[in-house]
Amino acid sequence: MEMNVEHRIAASREQVWAALNDVATLRAAIPGCDELEATSPTSFKAAITTKVGPVKAKFKFDVTLTDIDAPNSYIIVAEGQGGAAGFANGSAAVSLRADGNDTILAYHAKANVGGKLAQLGGRLIDGTAKKLADEFFGKFSELAANPTLLERVADPADAQTAAAKAGSDAKLPTWLWALSGGCAAVLVYLLLT
Amino acid sequence: MSATQSGSAAGTGIGASVLRKEDRRFLIGKGRYTDDINVAGQTHAVFVRSPHAHATINSIKTDAARAAPGVVAVLTGTDLAGDGIGPLICGVTVTSDDGQPHRAAVHPALAQGKVNYVGDHVAIVIAETYAQARDSAELVEVDYGILPAVTSTAHATDAGQQQIHDVAPNNMCFNWPFGDKAAVEATFAKAHKVSSLDLVNNRMVTNPMEPRAALGEYNTGTEEITLHVTTQNPHVHRLVLSAFNQLAPEHKLRVVGPDVGGGFGAKIFIYAEELVVGWACRKVQRPVKWTADRTEAFLSDAHGRDHVSKAEMAMDKDGNFLALRVMTNANLGAYLSTFATMVPSYLYAFLLAGQYRTPLIYSEVKAVYTNTSPVDASRGAGRPEATYLLERLVDVCAADMNMDPAEIRRKNFIPKDAFPYQTPVVQCYDSGDYEEALDKALILADYKGFPARAQAAKARGKRRGIGLSSYVEACGIAPSAAVGQLGGGVGLWESAQVRFNPTGNVQVFTGTHSHGQGHETTFAQLINELLGVPIENVEVIHGDTAKTQFGMGTYGSRSLAVGGVAIAKACEKLIAKGKKIAAHALEAAEGDIEFANGNFSVAGTDKAMNIAAVAFNAYVPHSYPAGLEPGFDENAFFDPLNFSFPAGTHVCEVEVDLDTGEVEIVKYSAVDDFGRLVNPMIVEGQVHGGIVHGIGQALLEGCRYDSEGQLLTASFMDYAMPRADNVPSFDVDYAPTVPIHNPLGVKGCGEAGAIGAPPAVINAIANALGIKHIDMPATPENVWRAAHAQQRPGQKAA
Repeated sequence: MEMNVEHRIAASREQVWAALNDVATLRAAIPGCDELEATSPTSFKAAITTKVGPVKAKFKFDVTLTDIDAPNSYIIVAEGQGGAAGFANGSAAVSLRADGNDTILAYHAKANVGGKLAQLGGRLIDGTAKKLADEFFGKFSELAANPTLLERVADPADAQTAAAKAGSDAKLPTWLWALSGGCAAVLVYLLLT
Repeated sequence: MSATQSGSAAGTGIGASVLRKEDRRFLIGKGRYTDDINVAGQTHAVFVRSPHAHATINSIKTDAARAAPGVVAVLTGTDLAGDGIGPLICGVTVTSDDGQPHRAAVHPALAQGKVNYVGDHVAIVIAETYAQARDSAELVEVDYGILPAVTSTAHATDAGQQQIHDVAPNNMCFNWPFGDKAAVEATFAKAHKVSSLDLVNNRMVTNPMEPRAALGEYNTGTEEITLHVTTQNPHVHRLVLSAFNQLAPEHKLRVVGPDVGGGFGAKIFIYAEELVVGWACRKVQRPVKWTADRTEAFLSDAHGRDHVSKAEMAMDKDGNFLALRVMTNANLGAYLSTFATMVPSYLYAFLLAGQYRTPLIYSEVKAVYTNTSPVDASRGAGRPEATYLLERLVDVCAADMNMDPAEIRRKNFIPKDAFPYQTPVVQCYDSGDYEEALDKALILADYKGFPARAQAAKARGKRRGIGLSSYVEACGIAPSAAVGQLGGGVGLWESAQVRFNPTGNVQVFTGTHSHGQGHETTFAQLINELLGVPIENVEVIHGDTAKTQFGMGTYGSRSLAVGGVAIAKACEKLIAKGKKIAAHALEAAEGDIEFANGNFSVAGTDKAMNIAAVAFNAYVPHSYPAGLEPGFDENAFFDPLNFSFPAGTHVCEVEVDLDTGEVEIVKYSAVDDFGRLVNPMIVEGQVHGGIVHGIGQALLEGCRYDSEGQLLTASFMDYAMPRADNVPSFDVDYAPTVPIHNPLGVKGCGEAGAIGAPPAVINAIANALGIKHIDMPATPENVWRAAHAQQRPGQKAA
């Protein structure tokens, strides 16, 4: 399955960049995100709970980033296991570009799903992926434009933990940038396609 | 045979539409299916199944699952192999074109280092409750090495495809040519016209209402395993599980098929889960129950059909069929199910003559392995595939020759005075009158009035089409010698025991199995007809290897045509013995005793004795013929002399909405030859059910795997079964002939509808749209695309 998406975010590239460099923002924006944790400068683990039609499961993703060209583009490769619900594997090419006062985030994703997810959710995946991606971008755009909102929705301790694990407290490293630019949406997509 | 007498008890013998005796328990909720049975100390099993279509298993970690609450055991293929439990078998050998037997891949009941389809069995988790078993199954960690998958029936043997089994190069199970290729090619070379058609017989999931289930119990005292299982053939299960899987010796294994909620072929086979449950109950020394959920049924029941074919007919200038050539790829799935090899070979190619005189037939069947669920018999098994191919091709022939579809059929029919008719493809049809069935069907369908109806539909913006299907099938399976010659591992006779109790009522033990067919009624009617015993005094007992003598079960529309005759033969023995007993009691010569309507009488006198009184004398033999054994209880086995050949013509009329592609079946007429009907109501029910099954295949059902081997249709949300609003009220009639090989004069009726209907429906749609062909299922989308592909650019659909 394949998906090509461009999303316009009503914030400057700098604002988007800052927001996308913030684990707490991403965690708050990704629907059903339970955990987000770096395992190396170019890889991380994520746990996301989601429901596709009759299939509800917690997916554990191992994510690797390649071809990183900060702050323009990278390729994200993800392998997700949902236990009895099945699996989701795939990759996506993600890029960011400025357009006037806005930022355009584009990604091209390819994915395979298996097990119950394919058996029961196949028909519902595209619709659910779009719904979740919309949820993500809706929330993310809001947070990117107005970072103070985040304090109400996220636990700052988690953000500090993630930042500390990434080895930086001010300038976040490349891997975390790579999380940005719709990486979260790609995860949602991979989860669902 | 005395069956020719009729009306021995008014209204309940042969030919009476008696209400079904078994329905009382079903209607009041007292049916007892495998999952209804619960025993003390019972545990629950869940199978860990592969989410991948093709993968090596690098490791299986079961520690966490074993430590989970309530878990009794987690067992894998290593445990199974360690106990010497053999792999699943395929019971029929087909010889490939290289002279070698078909390539049989090992089919372990729990994976041995590799999985070959999504749903393949990897481990069994046994726990105190079902929920605990399910939870713990999620904790089994399997490390898979994912391999590319093969899913295409047409391309499985192509160069460069991933190899599934080492024993089967190019994923070929067998390549089976049949017929005189050279003669067929010579005829094609000089034919006036050759019509050809490429077509797909869509893969189906059989979907009996009750999912498969098994309950294994091990008695440590008697060292006997009792396996309750959803089966159409308990003795075949016991035989295979004992002789080939080494589950237990036959005398230490009891297999019970209690009430079974539909089979349609899918419950013939000996599946992994049943074997594993039978083995596990002894291993853990606790009863183990497993019941499939619906998605498991979609994943792991044997599927049906799945052919990709090219069919060609050579004709002379008058539209006479000269030669038929068929090339078929048949998908057998990842492993060979119990009878998988027989379905696209003997049950398919041997039916390619259909109702026609076609003198030369050549077919070549490539049976292929793919990374999909195993494929085996499903209602009709091979005959629907043959009939669909032939009856679609005949319509193409009619169009190519500018002939009416009814007339090209009539022209090529085997005439009624040619029976018994030896076809060029092994089968010798014993009786038939195809023209009579066609004529009756055309009248029933008001074929002549169709053009006016089509005009009227057009005025309403709809397209009407009419389609015929003149099928013949071979059922009543089957003469044992023929089965043996073809490479089958069993004899397909049937058995019966008819036992009078001292109080005069009767227990009939049959080796067939009823899972919806109404045997408890039909067989009671036979007893009523043959012995004059009221049907309420007859109990039909089946499905338990500890109760009934050996039997081969129910499939291939064989229960009445084979099992019914065994019952009749046991009745003949009872009558013969009864005459001796009655002669003694009535003080007459045995030769003067006549039997009719339940009474033994002395010819030409009013001296008579009811059969119940004879039975009493046999059990209380105070005054009894010298040297005669007491008791009134006879066994009989019947091995049929030939298959049974039901045939008929079905006519389907459809109305198509070109804007939506929606097909409405507005009229469906069926005229069938089933020989003599024992219970016309039950037969009509079978005809209705079969037609609905066939309409489901034609319009709605299609099992789909993606290119990775993921099953995309694994629930009733994505796999459309026919519903009441998809079918019209059927017009059913009969054109019976007398099958010379069947002592009761009966033919089978269980599969005919599913065989006859698909081509009738598709022929009607092709006729409505004015197109050559549309593949099944003719969903609204497919019909819309086919209708609109026909238009020239700029042309508007009417």
